[in-house]
Amino acid sequence: MTAPVLEVSDLRVRLRTPRGPADVVNGLSYTVGPGETVAVVGESGSGKSVSVLALLGLLPARVATVSGRALLQGEDLLTMKPERLRQVRGPGAGMVFQDPMTSLNPVLTIGRQLIEGIRAHGDVDKAAARRRAADLLGEVGLPDPERALDRYPHELSGGMRQRVVIAIALSNSPALLIADEATTALDVTVQAQIIDLVEKLQAERGTGVIWITHDLGVVAGIADRVLVMYGGRCVEDGTVDDVLERPAHPYTRGLLGALPDLAEPVDGVVPDLATVPGTPPPPTDLPKGCVFWPRCPVRGDARCEHEQPPLAVIGSAAATLPHRAATWCTEGPEGGRAG
Amino acid sequence: MFALVHLVPGDPVRLALGTRFSQETYDALRERSGLDRPLVEQFFTWFARALGGDLGVSFRSGDTVTSLIAERLPATLTLAFASILVALVIAIPLGTLSALRPRSVVDRVATVLSQIGISVPDFWMAIVLILVFAGTLGWLPTGGYVPLSEDPGGWLARLVMPAVVTGVVSGSVITRFVRSSVLEALGADHVRTAQAKGLPTRQVFTWHVVRNALLPLVTVTGVQLAYLLSGVVVVEIVFSWPGLGQLALQSVEARDYPVLQGAILLFALVFLVINLVVDLLYTAIDPRIRR
Repeated sequence: MTAPVLEVSDLRVRLRTPRGPADVVNGLSYTVGPGETVAVVGESGSGKSVSVLALLGLLPARVATVSGRALLQGEDLLTMKPERLRQVRGPGAGMVFQDPMTSLNPVLTIGRQLIEGIRAHGDVDKAAARRRAADLLGEVGLPDPERALDRYPHELSGGMRQRVVIAIALSNSPALLIADEATTALDVTVQAQIIDLVEKLQAERGTGVIWITHDLGVVAGIADRVLVMYGGRCVEDGTVDDVLERPAHPYTRGLLGALPDLAEPVDGVVPDLATVPGTPPPPTDLPKGCVFWPRCPVRGDARCEHEQPPLAVIGSAAATLPHRAATWCTEGPEGGRAG
Repeated sequence: MFALVHLVPGDPVRLALGTRFSQETYDALRERSGLDRPLVEQFFTWFARALGGDLGVSFRSGDTVTSLIAERLPATLTLAFASILVALVIAIPLGTLSALRPRSVVDRVATVLSQIGISVPDFWMAIVLILVFAGTLGWLPTGGYVPLSEDPGGWLARLVMPAVVTGVVSGSVITRFVRSSVLEALGADHVRTAQAKGLPTRQVFTWHVVRNALLPLVTVTGVQLAYLLSGVVVVEIVFSWPGLGQLALQSVEARDYPVLQGAILLFALVFLVINLVVDLLYTAIDPRIRR
């Protein structure tokens, strides 16, 4: 395999909050290869967004302490000088944010917002930048791109705005694209279009993608690899097939159990939706043992309450993408979902 | 407004004539100024004339109200615009700095200063300034007004203190607005988008923070300007500044109805015009309002 685009090791983020320090990300490690899509899934508050914002230095420095290492094409993002980090934002890594209604500046035209990004990273004259901006809008499927340049965000629908945000993220041909809940705010058909678009661009450019979502349906469609986050940790990762078909961690199983499965009604009745009872632990007060212990329906090992199980390879260690899970309880009451 | 002016107890004719006068002169003057007629009739007469630009004649001096107002207008305009300039020069940097470092030393100092600026009575500040700069140091004249065209140096010297006093008060109010609107703009999602694009910090700040914080600033500046234009009575009196506030006060004292009505009408117009200008600025600043 070629060198990874992004290599994150032992990423930790601590936030200062009024209720004391919050450990939002606790030792996260993963890699993203060129052309690869890594899906990061988990509930709200599991540290997904914070972990990627931390990579690009987008957390307010006054409240966030970030440690660990994050090599983007061999350069550590976390120790970079501010000016170098600025240069990397854009051509190194582009980012698509969750809410297209608020992630564009309402008082500047679409064209301006695209062009300023292009011109921040190269000596491009206005006319050339404008042509490039129009091309980008065409690529992301915006009708009549030339006219769209002179429009303001409020004149476009949510789906169209999200395409603009994607165009901005792609405007400097980034090696890595980070999509933070990029389709969550959109309706399903638009969501599918956006996913197709990213996959197409990814195939053309070999961009590595981190796709953050809590929608497992999207994961199955888009990801090569899945990383399940809980309480600021990776509790399970592996290929899509491994994680979705043979989930090992009780939390992952719970998540998959919470998917409405329309295909398998029992005796003609669709069973009630299973849920994972309880809420994630507050990051200001994480449990001392396994982060999932307070909600765990299995609790299959005496150590769970007091000790965090390490992320260990399960199944074949020889696989190029090993399936790992942070649990001692691989045999749960339900077994694998696929059975 | 008309009713309110006339409801104030006191007889303008008696006041205009002084202490010694005969019943005949009293009746004659009362008839001449139309005060013997019913109030409703007085109103419509006044209103019809006002529409044509004739605001009547002062009971006290016999000058036309329009000429009296025109005489005072330059002084008021000068003071109002100078004050708003002082206010913005204080408020924009101070408010922005405190928003950039919330709860820092700068922020706390700015908060305390603006609190002081709002709560200290303006006449007290005016007197202290006069004592220090006109009295002890002798740098500036104690008050008065000279037109710019006659003596630019004297004009400026006399303008400084009143403009600083009213400017500090308005500036304190505006500082708070600047702080909260910049703080809000800083936290907007699109600012993060701009950072993620790799824009230089200054560009992010100018185009994505300040640009979006302008709207509330324009509103509050408009309100303050309207207030300043309708005359800052106390400051005008302390500095013997011949502005509209002083004129209005004098006409209240003399129950000089025509002048008072003229001044109030002008203040109302000022508010209307400023609101219009603010609305026009909105559309220039925020494309969402354009349609």
